[in-house]
Amino acid sequence: MSAHPPVAISPLVKDAADASAQADYAALRSTMRTQRLQDFIFHKVTLIFAASVLLVLLGIIASLAIGAAPAFRAFGPGFITTVEWDPVNDHYGAAIAIVGTLATSFIALLIAFPISFGIALFLTEICPVWLRRPMGMAVELLAGVPSIIYGMWGLFVFAPLFADHVQPVLKSVLGPLPIIGPLFSGPIMGIGILTAGLILAVMIIPFISSVMRDVFEVVPQVLKESAYGLGCTKWEVVRKIVLPYTRTGVVGGVMLGLGRALGETMAVTFVIGNANKLSWSLFAAGNSISSTLANEFAEASTPLHVSSLFALALILFAITFIVLSAAKIMLAGMSRQEGTK
Amino acid sequence: MNDASVTLEKQADPAMNPVYRKRLLRHRIGIVLSVLAMALGLAVLTWILGTLLVKGLGGLSLDMFVHDTPAPGTAGGGLRNAIVGSLMMVGLSTLVSTPIGILAGIYLAEYGERNKFAQVTRFVTDIMLSAPSIVIGLFVYALYVANVNHFSGYAGTIALSLIAVPVVVRTTDNMLRLVPNSLLEAAFALGAPRWKVATMVRLRAVKAGVVTGVLLALARIAGETAPLLFTALNNQFFSADMNAPLANLPVVIYQFAMSPYDDWRALAWGGALLVTFSVLLLNILSRTVFSQKTPT
Repeated sequence: MSAHPPVAISPLVKDAADASAQADYAALRSTMRTQRLQDFIFHKVTLIFAASVLLVLLGIIASLAIGAAPAFRAFGPGFITTVEWDPVNDHYGAAIAIVGTLATSFIALLIAFPISFGIALFLTEICPVWLRRPMGMAVELLAGVPSIIYGMWGLFVFAPLFADHVQPVLKSVLGPLPIIGPLFSGPIMGIGILTAGLILAVMIIPFISSVMRDVFEVVPQVLKESAYGLGCTKWEVVRKIVLPYTRTGVVGGVMLGLGRALGETMAVTFVIGNANKLSWSLFAAGNSISSTLANEFAEASTPLHVSSLFALALILFAITFIVLSAAKIMLAGMSRQEGTK
Repeated sequence: MNDASVTLEKQADPAMNPVYRKRLLRHRIGIVLSVLAMALGLAVLTWILGTLLVKGLGGLSLDMFVHDTPAPGTAGGGLRNAIVGSLMMVGLSTLVSTPIGILAGIYLAEYGERNKFAQVTRFVTDIMLSAPSIVIGLFVYALYVANVNHFSGYAGTIALSLIAVPVVVRTTDNMLRLVPNSLLEAAFALGAPRWKVATMVRLRAVKAGVVTGVLLALARIAGETAPLLFTALNNQFFSADMNAPLANLPVVIYQFAMSPYDDWRALAWGGALLVTFSVLLLNILSRTVFSQKTPT
């Protein structure tokens, strides 16, 4: 306590002040110590919870890999390309399910992309301002409908209508064409790869359009106004200014939709037809990775069957992980741009 | 304005040249297609909700809430056991995932500025938001069900929690980062320790936003079917035992919809109506009552 200022006060008062200052100081130090300890604990506790998210991801990868190991050991890397799924003879290959997953998701993207673009365009440029929120919310509600409901609607309402009114037309118009003809041939059942793709399209439209709307909104007003000033039409502004400016974001949104479509289970299980065979026809019944899992996992009897299903899940997880990572990286690039506008 | 001047104007008007007309035509086609796309989206939504109302209202009655799921071939019955099971699992999942999600979210917002670990966590959270839910179910099966050797409500709860946590983390993180620095600095200047500022100032400022996140997570897991197939399974009878297979609405709807019995299908539609409208109500609630921008 030598740092006291040399002020002339009586020794008695000085001692008293000194004592109380010392007490204050000690109290302060102990408070600081407890606070520092509390902050330390707080940091570590929140850290543990944040780390648990990472841990779950690692756990998922590890448990799937362990589960899939026997199948990969039995069939080798050829598992991925083998066109056979035969629980009776206990012989499995992933190609049918992988093709089914990719085909349905690709169809879904092909249909969902232009429609989502239209919706995003409508919500950002055309819709009167007072209608934007309710309209935007209506589209987001489509994302809220549980996937099992899409499945029931697809199987009991959409598929019969599709078989009666749309598929015959597709078959007679596109069927005879040279290259794409085989895609639109075969028996008409209402359910199948194409129907699954269409239902998936409806399910991912809200995700893609909401990302597109968000990135369209970050386009600097000045850019658009300059284009309008030069006499551009609204369509030209969107096509030549907004879309090029937001390209990465739009692709990111599409990838996000793709990620959702790849892993979608219940809706696909209802309408894909659940047949373990490969066909050129989009009308034919097929199977996707997720629908195979949903249908067979609970009833899988042999260890190899179970393990093969785990291998399918691992493949699905790997594909979606890559697609979603790409989406995130692209969207992150977009938001960096946002900062520099 | 007489006719002569109109013709003169038309001739002089560059707007009538073919190039401009073509551009105008393209513009109009684009706008019309865009409006049609929006109309299509709304039409599908109305179609689905309409279908649910038409087919579901028939099955929706008091019986549905007081009787349990019927045995094959018997008439009547309801969904009481499934409703109770679903409420138990979704409720417990919310209780588990809310604190975990909020604490992890606090970490990301509080310590995650220039921190590699936090950036990776944020990235992984985003991936987990869209990860296939059936894979989560499989994970819980491998980790828990296969070890205790029976399906159970707890397993279902774990699966649902794993799906809900990323939603809460993401919303909490986003919301916390909206809090202005000046507010935090004011609190720090008063000598408040970091944990107090984080919880009593920062978190409290965005309470509504965090509630939104919890509601969104609730809406997300309430209709999840795929992760419950291999975890909670189903139970034909009434049970409140979380350590045994537990009936739940989504799986009952799935099994009954796929069944050949008309009674069962009617029940499935009734359940579907119940689930969908609860989920949509939660969605609307979270977006209007606590209207702040949130990730989907």
